[in-house]
Amino acid sequence: MTGFDALTALAALPFSDLFAPLFVVNTISGLFDWFLRVVVDGVFSWVAAVTGLQFLSYPYMQRAYLSVFCIGIVGPLVGSFLVYRDLSMVGDTLAHTAFAGVAVALFLDATLALTVPPLVGALVVAVLAALVVQVLVEYTDARSDAALAMVLTGGFALGSVLISLTGGGISVGINQYLFGSLATVSRADVGLLVSMGLVVVVGVSVAYRPLLFVTFDETAARASRVHVRAVNTLLSILTAFVVVSAMRIMGVILVAALLVIPVVTVSRAGRSYKHSLWLGIFAGEIAGIAGVTLAYLYGLAAGGSIVLVAIGGFVAVQLGLRAR
Amino acid sequence: MTAVSLDDVAFSYGDIPVIDGISLDVAQGEFLGLVGPNGSGKSTLLSLMLGLQRPDHGEVQLFGESAHQFSDGERIAYVAQDVTKTARDMPITVREVVRMGRYPRSLFGRFSDADHEAVETALDRVAIADLADRRVGSLSGGQRQRVFVARALAAEADLLALDEPTVALDAASRESFYDLLGDLNEAGMTIVLVEHDIGVVTTRASRIACLNKQLYFHGRADEFADSDALAAAYGANQRVLAHDHTDAHDHHAHGAHGHEPTNDSNATSANTSEEQQ
Repeated sequence: MTGFDALTALAALPFSDLFAPLFVVNTISGLFDWFLRVVVDGVFSWVAAVTGLQFLSYPYMQRAYLSVFCIGIVGPLVGSFLVYRDLSMVGDTLAHTAFAGVAVALFLDATLALTVPPLVGALVVAVLAALVVQVLVEYTDARSDAALAMVLTGGFALGSVLISLTGGGISVGINQYLFGSLATVSRADVGLLVSMGLVVVVGVSVAYRPLLFVTFDETAARASRVHVRAVNTLLSILTAFVVVSAMRIMGVILVAALLVIPVVTVSRAGRSYKHSLWLGIFAGEIAGIAGVTLAYLYGLAAGGSIVLVAIGGFVAVQLGLRAR
Repeated sequence: MTAVSLDDVAFSYGDIPVIDGISLDVAQGEFLGLVGPNGSGKSTLLSLMLGLQRPDHGEVQLFGESAHQFSDGERIAYVAQDVTKTARDMPITVREVVRMGRYPRSLFGRFSDADHEAVETALDRVAIADLADRRVGSLSGGQRQRVFVARALAAEADLLALDEPTVALDAASRESFYDLLGDLNEAGMTIVLVEHDIGVVTTRASRIACLNKQLYFHGRADEFADSDALAAAYGANQRVLAHDHTDAHDHHAHGAHGHEPTNDSNATSANTSEEQQ
């Protein structure tokens, strides 16, 4: 088909069909609104009424719980493929570069009045950084941990410079990205987070076997003609998705914790790899939900509370295993 | 038909040549032992054979196809020295590892009945069916290496490449591991084995390739002992290293190590002849 033919075909379409994608988006966001308003609010309000925990009926707390619920799943799910390859620092690196993405979005907003949602900026930059790390490790002589350290600090440096360029005008909003916050998770954030969570879960389910093979025995996987580079790229991109979705609550600095701590917590208890994935998700959920609850009740930093609960869980499990 | 074919292959890490002008063929059904002193390029040659690295010069073919373009992953299986660290720490069961042998055939989607059957047959074949649900990290070294062989069997691989698979094993499990390899070879599997213990290789393998950067010997295993290839290959290292005192000293240790297996070989062959009587 020539370009002209394509144009004629396009013109022949009913006008409304051109906007069909828009309707799909509207339908999805409408569905999501309904889900938040009716399902989530309904369930939480019921729990609030039964338990007498009033804060469960506040919409912003519901959004916070929904967020940590997603993070508790995708963090350990992706982290399981990082920890056993000594790639735990990848999460931290991508989170720090995601901060540069936030800064870029805020910078564009402040200087050019160009509205880019900060999380979208974070996602784009984190995915780019994931690819840069790959290239650095593969095509230069840089050791992978040195490459990670360079990208980590480079990303954070870029972020801090961009912020200073705006004369401090945008630094007001920066703290919540650095340390995380319960109160500022918007409806759009939760929407993005839930959809990124779905992408990650689907991605891991589909690519489970290549991911597992490469994690366990990279050389044998290469000998069996598994495309190790493609698998590594996929893993980096999934990691970028996870850190960006968790950033709002956990903060850039602490976001990597949920990729790592639940995984090492259950590492000795898992009967099989699949079993350990489920246990890791369970540990992530406990840490996330308990952490958010404690943060609310005592007015603590959310990310810090979640990480400390997760580490507490790790210590408890190790002591329990030793006592057995 | 040839499984692996090397034609004037050279490879270097940066400026340091590791493999220099090696040509050899591995016929299907052959059991080739790759021997040579430490740092002689045995492992590099193995990864060149499998197409994991590309030679700087020359050509490598796998089953008649250029090795780096070869795409039938299920035909090749690889067993490393010991993936101890990952294998010990990672919560993964024996069956989960053996299932990986089927991954090249079923990388996505559901496992077929044939996949499941191949996994169970492989577990039985190397006598680890009773360990199938144990974590790999809880096994002994010998059991663990059997798991990797079972993975190769599940793949129904034609070529099994092993890089010093018994380094961490005790004498008894080493013997039974090589018995297993011998059985598989008799059943038609092509085996390429990198091994530092020359005694073991000369009794088990059908052919030997002895190298130290260059090929010093390639022929039948029973002819290897009579040749002076071993001394030549190990001596080559000595000449290279002799000008540096520390290295030369270091080398004497290797040299001693190199002689030990030769004695070992006599002991083993003595055993074999007793058995034959």
